[in-house]
Amino acid sequence: MSAHACDAIVIGGGHNGLVTAAYLARAGKKVIVFEKRHVLGGAAVTEEIYPGFKYSVCSYVVSLLRPEIIRELDLPRHGLRILPLESTFTPLPNDDYLVRWADHDQTRRELYRHSPRDADAYDDFGRLMYQLAVAVKPILAMIPPDPTSMSPKDLLGFLKLGKHFRGLGHAQFHALHKLMTMSSADLLDEWFETEALKATMSASGIIGTLLGPRSPGTAYVLLHHYMGEIDGAMRAWGFAKGGTGAVSESIAAAAREHGAEIRTEAGVSEVIVRHGRAVGVALESGDEYRAPVVVSALDPKRTFLSLVAEQHLPGDFVRDIKRFRIRGSSGKVNLSLGELPDFTAKPGVGPLHQGAISISPSFDYLERAYDDAKYGEFSTRPFMDVIIPSMIDPEMAPPGKHVMSIFVQYAPSDLRGGWDEAKREAFGDAVVDTLAQYAPNLPGAILHRQVLSPWDIERSMGLTAGNIFHGELSLQQLFCMRPAVGWADYTTPLDGYFQAGSGTHPGGGVTGASGRLAAMKILGGKL
Amino acid sequence: MSPRVFGRPGVRPEGPELLPVFPPEYTAAAVLRTTPFHRRTEALCEAGNWRRWSGFLAASSYELHHDREYWAIRNSAGLIDVSPLHKYRIQGVDAERLLDRLVTRNVAKCAIHQVLYTPWCDEAGKVMDDGTLCRLADDVFRLTSALPNLRWLLDNARGLNVQIEDVSDALAALALQGPNARAILTEAAGGVADDLGYFRLTEGAIGGAPVQITRTGYTGDLGYEIWTEPQHALTLWDALMAAGRAHRVVPAGLLALDVARVEAGLILIEVDYVPSHQAVIEARKSSPYEIGMGWTVKLDKPGFVGRDALMAERARGPEWEFKGLEVSWDAMESLYGAVGLPPQLPSEGWRTSVPVYAGNRQVGYATSGCWSPLLKKYIALAHLQTPHSATGTHLSMEITVEHHRKKAAARVVEPQFFNPDRKRSNPGRADRS
Amino acid sequence: MSAGFDTVVIGGGHNGLVTAAYLAKAGQGVLVVERRELLGGAATTEEIFPGYRVDTGAHRLGGLSAQVVADLGLTGHGLEVLAADPTVFTPVGNGIPLTLWRDPRETAESIRRISRPDAEAWVPFTELVGKAASFLQAAWTTTPPDVTGSDLGDLLAGAKLGLKLRGLGRKDMAEVMRILPMSIYELLDEWFESDLVRGTVAASAIGGLCQGPMSGGTVYTFLHHHVGAGAGVIRPTERVRGGVGQLSEAIASACRQYGAEVRTGAPVERILVDDGAAKGVVIAGGEEVRAERVVSSADPRRTFVHLLPPDAIGPDFARKIDHVRFRGVCAKVHLGLAGLPDFTCLPGAGPHLEGVISISPSLEYLERAYDPVKYGAISDAPYLELSIPSLADPGVAPAGKHLASIVMQYAPFSLRDGAWDEAARNSIGDLVVRTLARYAPNIEAVVEGRHVMTPLDLQERFGLTEGNIYHGEMTLDQLLFMRPVPGAARYRAPVKGLYLCGAGTHPGGGVTGMPGLNAARGILKD
Repeated sequence: MSAHACDAIVIGGGHNGLVTAAYLARAGKKVIVFEKRHVLGGAAVTEEIYPGFKYSVCSYVVSLLRPEIIRELDLPRHGLRILPLESTFTPLPNDDYLVRWADHDQTRRELYRHSPRDADAYDDFGRLMYQLAVAVKPILAMIPPDPTSMSPKDLLGFLKLGKHFRGLGHAQFHALHKLMTMSSADLLDEWFETEALKATMSASGIIGTLLGPRSPGTAYVLLHHYMGEIDGAMRAWGFAKGGTGAVSESIAAAAREHGAEIRTEAGVSEVIVRHGRAVGVALESGDEYRAPVVVSALDPKRTFLSLVAEQHLPGDFVRDIKRFRIRGSSGKVNLSLGELPDFTAKPGVGPLHQGAISISPSFDYLERAYDDAKYGEFSTRPFMDVIIPSMIDPEMAPPGKHVMSIFVQYAPSDLRGGWDEAKREAFGDAVVDTLAQYAPNLPGAILHRQVLSPWDIERSMGLTAGNIFHGELSLQQLFCMRPAVGWADYTTPLDGYFQAGSGTHPGGGVTGASGRLAAMKILGGKL
Repeated sequence: MSPRVFGRPGVRPEGPELLPVFPPEYTAAAVLRTTPFHRRTEALCEAGNWRRWSGFLAASSYELHHDREYWAIRNSAGLIDVSPLHKYRIQGVDAERLLDRLVTRNVAKCAIHQVLYTPWCDEAGKVMDDGTLCRLADDVFRLTSALPNLRWLLDNARGLNVQIEDVSDALAALALQGPNARAILTEAAGGVADDLGYFRLTEGAIGGAPVQITRTGYTGDLGYEIWTEPQHALTLWDALMAAGRAHRVVPAGLLALDVARVEAGLILIEVDYVPSHQAVIEARKSSPYEIGMGWTVKLDKPGFVGRDALMAERARGPEWEFKGLEVSWDAMESLYGAVGLPPQLPSEGWRTSVPVYAGNRQVGYATSGCWSPLLKKYIALAHLQTPHSATGTHLSMEITVEHHRKKAAARVVEPQFFNPDRKRSNPGRADRS
Repeated sequence: MSAGFDTVVIGGGHNGLVTAAYLAKAGQGVLVVERRELLGGAATTEEIFPGYRVDTGAHRLGGLSAQVVADLGLTGHGLEVLAADPTVFTPVGNGIPLTLWRDPRETAESIRRISRPDAEAWVPFTELVGKAASFLQAAWTTTPPDVTGSDLGDLLAGAKLGLKLRGLGRKDMAEVMRILPMSIYELLDEWFESDLVRGTVAASAIGGLCQGPMSGGTVYTFLHHHVGAGAGVIRPTERVRGGVGQLSEAIASACRQYGAEVRTGAPVERILVDDGAAKGVVIAGGEEVRAERVVSSADPRRTFVHLLPPDAIGPDFARKIDHVRFRGVCAKVHLGLAGLPDFTCLPGAGPHLEGVISISPSLEYLERAYDPVKYGAISDAPYLELSIPSLADPGVAPAGKHLASIVMQYAPFSLRDGAWDEAARNSIGDLVVRTLARYAPNIEAVVEGRHVMTPLDLQERFGLTEGNIYHGEMTLDQLLFMRPVPGAARYRAPVKGLYLCGAGTHPGGGVTGMPGLNAARGILKD
């Protein structure tokens, strides 16, 4: 057994861990990243499961990767190429459909076809969301202050926030309040009458939660779709060339350029604690590494309940982490296809195949999918967000063939009776059968199928309960409560131990924001 | 079953790095709509110079330079496709009540076949849009607007007995503008519009197409707008072009129109003012008083949207005024002369925000400007803070001379730089508007 | 045309009467006009069957303001509040039922037979509820501040003061802030393991709400019903001797004593608006009553859409009123009983029948009761809250007989298939009796009379929009400065001289008298 020394150790080579490592290395620190798997990226990976077919196994779109990270780490130079998704297509059971395009006029024309009033409302809604995104942005970009602390710094943080919100106009303040407290269904009902539009918009509010669109608390996430525009990241929803793993690879390349060392197949078994302080890590291989700074990019349960012995942490904190809600609610199906799906609602091959395809025909549909899940069943008619990466980046599949990425909800982690192989495949069948309702040629076009239940995601990616956001994005688990009150500033009760995963503010999606803010905290507030 | 490629057949070249070629769904023709006159305008638009207008393709200019189209508007007649305007038909016993609640002008006083130009405001008295309102019958109106207003109309109609219909697609429209417009209509429409008063409507037929003709337009010249159902659009176009040939009618695009409307001092939404519901910040919003529409605000009319705020504003006086600026030719000559050039003049109307100064202090900004080929003046439309907005005030406007910012002396004038008698008058009749 | 009053109050419900009493007490000339022949609005007692005095609307008080009782001397006007102990009995088909007592230690003992960990957790849980409810209480007694105005400082100062006074530390405050947006399911999941305990507590979070216990924000609703509940009391059950209508009668009596005039059988057709200001009301038949100001205790939809001319309010405000969610989900069933229900899990009569009887065997049962309402259908197995007031107050039923009043959830106001006709009404009655019979099989035999009110009936009888018993859903987005809508949350409507004082205003629904009191205070300040 040998002990190696460096300045900082990052546990987990997911995109947030890599972002933290890159910033620390950029600041001159000697950093080592330990990744348990053979590939980098955590849930942001591309893997060639079947020869010639590359899957963005879990995360499949680059949702709002922070522009400052792209800028500061110079990611395009390290190979990042984001290909825009041009449309969202919602096929309907009656063979009609709804498309939202990247072009405003084109979208308006399509919405007008469904409801002239909604076409007007859509623009008004977009403007309000833009204003609110401007209002909320400073919160996303700040290290959350501690509401229980009396330190001048924390008080100042809240004072600033208070001042900020008082600066909003009445209408905006009230709209923000509604957004924070309403269900996405109720909120969208106030604006629109087209079911397919409302349901497809609400879908973003339920992703990664175990809530239906009619449950309060789901409206807030709608706002995130408008965040990109204020940063000059128009058309923020995109697909990374080479799959989502390419995002991780580009961050890793930036980190390496700044001198970081990145080890794969190097799982950390525990954080070494001496005299109430994290001093290093022990690997599964038995090797030990020492560093004054240890950063975990794993989810809060793993960070605090698996890597650290409970006696090193205060009881209150352990209680808070234990009750941190991290139920998994989604699964993933990746298909290799011999031909493209042919949608009865819009037959033929067209640009729609290059955008997102959303199976979300109505609130009732989504809500019924949720009803299954809340009693511990997977949805027999699930919500699906589908993209065909090979139509955006042909190198994802052999010539003439395609890959299809299907994000599926709901698949509860605590399935009644537990998940097993048979249930996973039954779940896969439900997904294919549902899609076949809209594209009857799909089942016959399938060459290979990979089904990931939350159980599989936990086993292969190390995400507790298979929760893709390292913890549900509910109001009580956001900002200064993520993951626990008093410990939302990326520090932990253990000196020298930091957290940088998606289970910290602001969390969720391939944004890199948590990793960047964690690095900022470790570096004393400056990157 | 294998998927069909729809639309224009695509060619998929060999090699994995190339995507299938799709029919042009992202081309303007797929993204945007075309007006009922498109078959004619497309054939004539040799410049291929199109722009967006409310989701439609609209010709910026038909020829490579809009010069001839502009001169037609001022010297003979220009024919402009204005179909992309939004049009709403409002009908019912409460139609007048709804519109009187909505707009600032007094709709009760609008006679049948009269047209009102009017803005409408939000509850804070800030302008949302402006357009024309025509009373077609006692309880039937047509509202035209630059932006969509269906939702706002419906919201204001709560509890009222009124039907609101978006008839934008049911009406094609052409503007026939210029000194020869009347003569062309006399020939084409058999004289029904000969005595048509300013801002009045009449009905008739052109080339067999049933039409409504209004004496309205956006050029500040003698002119008419002609409304017909889309299936008659090409007939109407052909008949007007045929009747106009002897009167030198020229199809005109939006570049020519833009110069004409600046000369006429006509304000343009989203260019000269931000519609209040689109303004991200308060400072971008304008009241009617601030954009030269104070004359349309009838405060003695009860209970229209924004009235309380406008009463208060009138009592304290508006902070801004919308005026014309004449940039001094001598100043231009001397600024350019200093670098060895004659004045460089914008041949197209510009639409950027340009600072206006009193001495060294910025007191306003110009939002539209152009060289007036007719008046031989460099003119602009500007928002000026009230102490500096009085007609005759000497200010200066920023111009960029050979990459350097300079201030050119300018004088505040009334915004109607060009306002010919023929715009409103009828030969042998008293003006009755 | 009647002589002018200082104030005319629309609606003789308990909040309208409270406002009227305070204004009259302050010396104003006040007229209350009530549509029905009977006072009380949804806090009323009617003789539905001969000899039975039935609380046709609310059958419990909901944190009735002690200040109102004291200020108006209601005890002197005949008010007697009966606090039941136990407060709740939750039967099971087989096994050990749950009884909640006013003393949390006694409740803990009851729970011990079901789950030892839950018994241990009970008292600390009631302490958390007490802290959180006291935090809300601080907000209840004041007019909601204008948050974006300069009053925010006042709000924060007030909240801080409130916390200090109540001994809440910043940690407690953080905990309250954490739990407020949660679902009651999530909260109870952190505390209890027993289905029966979870179901019984959760039922208090969904009353009158078109949400299930797994919906976010239901912790708030739960806490709302525990403001002023008394230390350690979960699901307080308080009735009025003679029926809840006696409360309304007592307030009306106070009104008259202070010189206010109270007219029944006088439905308001519309509010008179002249030059943008409310000038009085027009009573059905055309009688005009002029007043300096008009105070409406009707719900916001009635007030702004039905009583005001369409152009009296601006389009933005009208849009907000349109967006107020009502979505009533409650039906009421009243049973005349020849004998008491006999529960298989706890046979015979006993104190367990004196509180409310809650059909809430598990949280999942409640959630499943909610599911159909999302699709416009009635619960297959509904949640029931049954009250037998005749036990503690025999005067409300003929000698030897009993009265059962049952709130049933969920019955959607808008049925997707069919309408609220006689057949649908009867099906509710059958469903309720059938559901009860699973726990007390003798019920079918002892029912002598049955009276059913659907959500539509609640709307028709009490003027409650969509049958919502709270004048608008009690959800986080429709509370405080959002209730009923921004721009009217401080009891002042955007029409000069028009005020609101009903349950549609802060702090909301339930028989509390708080909106009426806060409104009166606001009006007197003007």
